[in-house]
Amino acid sequence: MADARIQIPAGVRRGETFEVKLIIRHAMETGYRLTDDGKPIARNVIRQVSCRYNNVEVFRAETSSGISANPYLSFYLIAKEAGELVFEWVDDTGVKGSERAAVTVAG
Amino acid sequence: MRAVDTSAWRTAPRAALCAVLVTLCATATAQQRSIALPDLRSGSTYMGADLKTMQADDFANPGMLWVEKGEKLWHAPVGAAAASSSAGGPKTCASCHGDAKTSMRGVAARYPVFDAPSKQLLNLEGRINQCRSQRQGAAALAYESEDLLALTAYVAHQSRGMPLKVSIDGAAQPHFENGRTQYQRRIGQMNLACMHCHEWNTGKRLLAEPISQGHSNAYPVYRLEWQATGSLHRRLRACYFGVRAGMPQPGSQELLDLELFLGWRAQGLTVETPGVRR
Repeated sequence: MADARIQIPAGVRRGETFEVKLIIRHAMETGYRLTDDGKPIARNVIRQVSCRYNNVEVFRAETSSGISANPYLSFYLIAKEAGELVFEWVDDTGVKGSERAAVTVAG
Repeated sequence: MRAVDTSAWRTAPRAALCAVLVTLCATATAQQRSIALPDLRSGSTYMGADLKTMQADDFANPGMLWVEKGEKLWHAPVGAAAASSSAGGPKTCASCHGDAKTSMRGVAARYPVFDAPSKQLLNLEGRINQCRSQRQGAAALAYESEDLLALTAYVAHQSRGMPLKVSIDGAAQPHFENGRTQYQRRIGQMNLACMHCHEWNTGKRLLAEPISQGHSNAYPVYRLEWQATGSLHRRLRACYFGVRAGMPQPGSQELLDLELFLGWRAQGLTVETPGVRR
């Protein structure tokens, strides 16, 4: 469950704004669906996604059953210094996922 | 009026007869196309601009999640190929096939193929499972399982942009004929054959959706309705369900033969895996 893809520009200038994109492979089971024999399928959605930039939280989303499967999130950051983005998320069953991406800053 | 037309009227049938004879000679071995090459349209050409953009963008395309997972599985050791001591331990796909970018390039474009040693028609899923059980000593993956979809998507993705070209000669011929029969046979309470929608009524609408020509060139696809990646057989079963017919099992001979016919019918279109569809 824990595969995800991150996309950030290969290199950014100091002070520049850049877009961060994240897509997580997750079924985002709503809890409203039934199996073929009529039994409810337990809800299992990602509850929270967060992003830390050199250990400072810069983004947090509280996702719910209204978000599609394989959620795609994007937001903007300002490149202050080179470092690392660390994404972490957790779903209803307590399964945690994380993914990292290096930020390269020129100048 | 009639006097003016006579010369054309006299020569036309002769020209037509010649054309027919030429065609007959040409198709003695090669079958005639069911859709003329200039009229072939991939399913992606029926989609809106939003889905076209999604499919074209390798980041936004959710099918790439499966492709990337397939890449990891390609390098993951499985099974116990150590039965003979010389084979030495679990193997990965890469142990034999190396870099998929070169070794798997063009493979998906020629599948399904008739496998002479096992005397059966194999699609990509079938070949991957054959490799697992015979070469890696691992259990076959269930049809439509996440791992099999991921590996299939990864292998098929290596052929993206290459034209489909399946062989229907020799031992594949009976499978091809069977596939064509199914394509043309009316089934279900709706009493419809594949061709009634996907050949006679393409471009029209079925409820809110445009009817495509029903080609197999982008599979496995990420389908928004499924919110997941699925195989061609899953999609075919959805059509069986739609015409209210009994649904063959994924990986069954019936669907494999149909897949061969569809591959031949789509030849000339390029592989789009992973496609995105409604």
